[in-house]
Amino acid sequence: MNRLPAPILRHLAALRALLVLTVICGIAYPLLVTGIAQAAFKDKADGSLIKDAKGQSVGSALLCQEFVDAKGNPLPQYFQPRPSNAILAGSTNDHGCDPAQSGGSNLGTNSDKLKQQVADRQKTMAAFDSVPGHSVTPGQVAVDAVTASASGLDPDISPLNAAQQEHRIAATRGITAAQVEALVKANTGGRDLGLLGESGVNVLQLNLALDAQYPYTGKYR
Amino acid sequence: MSVAIAGWLQAGLLVLALAISYRPLGDYLAHILTSPKHWRIEKFLYRLIGVDSEADQTWSVYIRSVLAISVVGVLLLYSILRVQDHLMLALGMPGMRANLAYNTASSFVTNTNWQNYSGENTLGYTAQFAGLAVQNFISAAVGICVAATLIRGFVRRQSDRVGNFWVDLMRLNLRLLLPFSFVLAIVLVASGVVQSLADPHTVTTVTGGHQTLYTGATASQEAIKELGTNGGGIFNANSSHPFENPNAWTDWLEIYLLLVIGFSLPRTFGRMVGSQKQGYAIVSVMALLWAGSTAINTWLEARGWGAAARLAGGAMEGKEVRFGIPASSLFATSTTLTSTGAVNSTHDSYTPLGGGMALFNILLGEVAPGGTGSGLYGMLILAIVTVFVAGLMVGRTPEYLGKKIRPAEMKYAALYILATPAVVLTFTGIAMAAPSARSSMNNTGPHGLTEVLYAFGSMGNNNGSAFAGLNGDTQFWNLTGGLAMTLGRFLPMIFVGALAGSLAKQKQTPASAGTLATHKPLFVGMLLGVTLIVVGLTYFPALALGPLAEGLS
Repeated sequence: MNRLPAPILRHLAALRALLVLTVICGIAYPLLVTGIAQAAFKDKADGSLIKDAKGQSVGSALLCQEFVDAKGNPLPQYFQPRPSNAILAGSTNDHGCDPAQSGGSNLGTNSDKLKQQVADRQKTMAAFDSVPGHSVTPGQVAVDAVTASASGLDPDISPLNAAQQEHRIAATRGITAAQVEALVKANTGGRDLGLLGESGVNVLQLNLALDAQYPYTGKYR
Repeated sequence: MSVAIAGWLQAGLLVLALAISYRPLGDYLAHILTSPKHWRIEKFLYRLIGVDSEADQTWSVYIRSVLAISVVGVLLLYSILRVQDHLMLALGMPGMRANLAYNTASSFVTNTNWQNYSGENTLGYTAQFAGLAVQNFISAAVGICVAATLIRGFVRRQSDRVGNFWVDLMRLNLRLLLPFSFVLAIVLVASGVVQSLADPHTVTTVTGGHQTLYTGATASQEAIKELGTNGGGIFNANSSHPFENPNAWTDWLEIYLLLVIGFSLPRTFGRMVGSQKQGYAIVSVMALLWAGSTAINTWLEARGWGAAARLAGGAMEGKEVRFGIPASSLFATSTTLTSTGAVNSTHDSYTPLGGGMALFNILLGEVAPGGTGSGLYGMLILAIVTVFVAGLMVGRTPEYLGKKIRPAEMKYAALYILATPAVVLTFTGIAMAAPSARSSMNNTGPHGLTEVLYAFGSMGNNNGSAFAGLNGDTQFWNLTGGLAMTLGRFLPMIFVGALAGSLAKQKQTPASAGTLATHKPLFVGMLLGVTLIVVGLTYFPALALGPLAEGLS
């Protein structure tokens, strides 16, 4: 063995070191963490899934999902998540919030394309959220309702964005705006530890609470 | 509480946590790098690997050992990625294409973690944890190893030895990175990060749609990804993905992790050279640069310049609601001032000057506090340049920590300073000249140039974050990128090793009345100035055509 030239011995040692570290850091470590995670924090480790009344998972509390009809049009009886770029390229029935396609638009703030997208979204959301007795102008639409997130999977909307959608929800479901507002308030998370990040409203949890408390009787599919 | 006050408070809490960690972690690292005692398991592993744990290596043997483990690392990782479809838990993903596998292997071995693929639809679980995560550990340790040789160069007298690479490597993994990552991975899972090797689970959504949820060994990788300033995410969206970074608390913790080793290493340095004050001087410069850059970036993003941001009412494109602007800017600044490159927001969609700041941070050479080890040796090289400049002013042979900075030392320091910019600017020039490379740009005009400059700046400096609109998965970008990352990582390491060897050979020069005190505020100010001037002179023309042209027009 020792007859081999030094560079070869060195690379053999390197290879053995690499294999040893692969076994320790690449196999034992992740498996041990997985074992403990699954034993002690199974719900979180599996992705914080939310179950409906029948015990079926309807999604993750951490990920947005689309509240749209079969054609991809937003359903007025549900709070709508932020615009999403997590879309399978070239797909016709993927409208966003696809966990297999995480990512953002990556358009610069001076991009004409982004400017056009923002303007279009402002117009669409203003029309969508305006109901008799309560009108929303394009300039009033909340900033997070016209911009896409980095992940394309942002589960939250800002409290301002939720407030803007309240009247539409109330009108569609035949309840008062105050009733919707109370539910929004109950589903608004503050900053972590009182100072980290920003407060947001989890859209999936809010919509499930809406369905539980004020079921929508119309047809949507 | 207003957004601004909350933003200041979370940054303040971060500074507090880092200040508390400075002494114990720095001292522990010094202990790891100097203790004569081996653990029993370590002795067993040295026998298994077949290395002599008592041998003290010359700088050239030490650096050759670094290169050896990196070469076999690239080869093994490349093979794993190519044949991942035959491994367990492959999830039906095919083997990676050759040029993409080359790029990815180089990327993870060099601590860059640039990703031209999206994890959730390219890689099976095994390739992620048994292939990529291993290099997260090794490359982080290798950076600290090379920094250790430079410190030993200052400490040792008339010696041609700078330490034992195998001992440093094993100890840093077994005593530091592995136990810390383990505890932090559990904390991350308890806070909502996923960790499951079950097949991706398909759920039917409320309105009847379908979502398939990829999980993987995410928390275990997230911990070492941040702690080792790696930055390669399990998911395409990296730390903006809620499965990697579910809430503002995990976000804050991840920022802390990616900074903590870099900010504690000056303590290790001060302790090993026998003067804590030298460590305080270095960490002051790092902290000033970090705080200044964080404040500027947060202000720029909060102002929300740019036509689309103005129209929308704020720069929220590419940012998550749960983080908001201050926590996004804090992450962006910290990840680009270290060699991490993880992102919790898309830098491409930052305001022109805000994104420009992220690029500027990378071009500074990632020294505030920089990658694990690489930040410290980068800053020490700049300290040598600073005493040299000061020496020229008064006409004395400059000294640093009792070692003379002679032509040989200056030669290595100058080569170190020049190596990365040469790589970054040459490749950027080639890319802008090649139509096939230019067609990868997602944005046009100055912003498109910024995408290209950012790409090679990030790869050459081993950062790994991107102006991600750029489509990097082409033959041109995969091959030139792999080369840029390799040169940007190992050329500077070779010069640091040579410098360490040259310093170790000298005897100690006693300080005299004319010696510049390198632990005083005057030196801190000079080092800060040199750091900014060196990068300013090198990159100003390129920055003027990219982010500055866009931001000021």
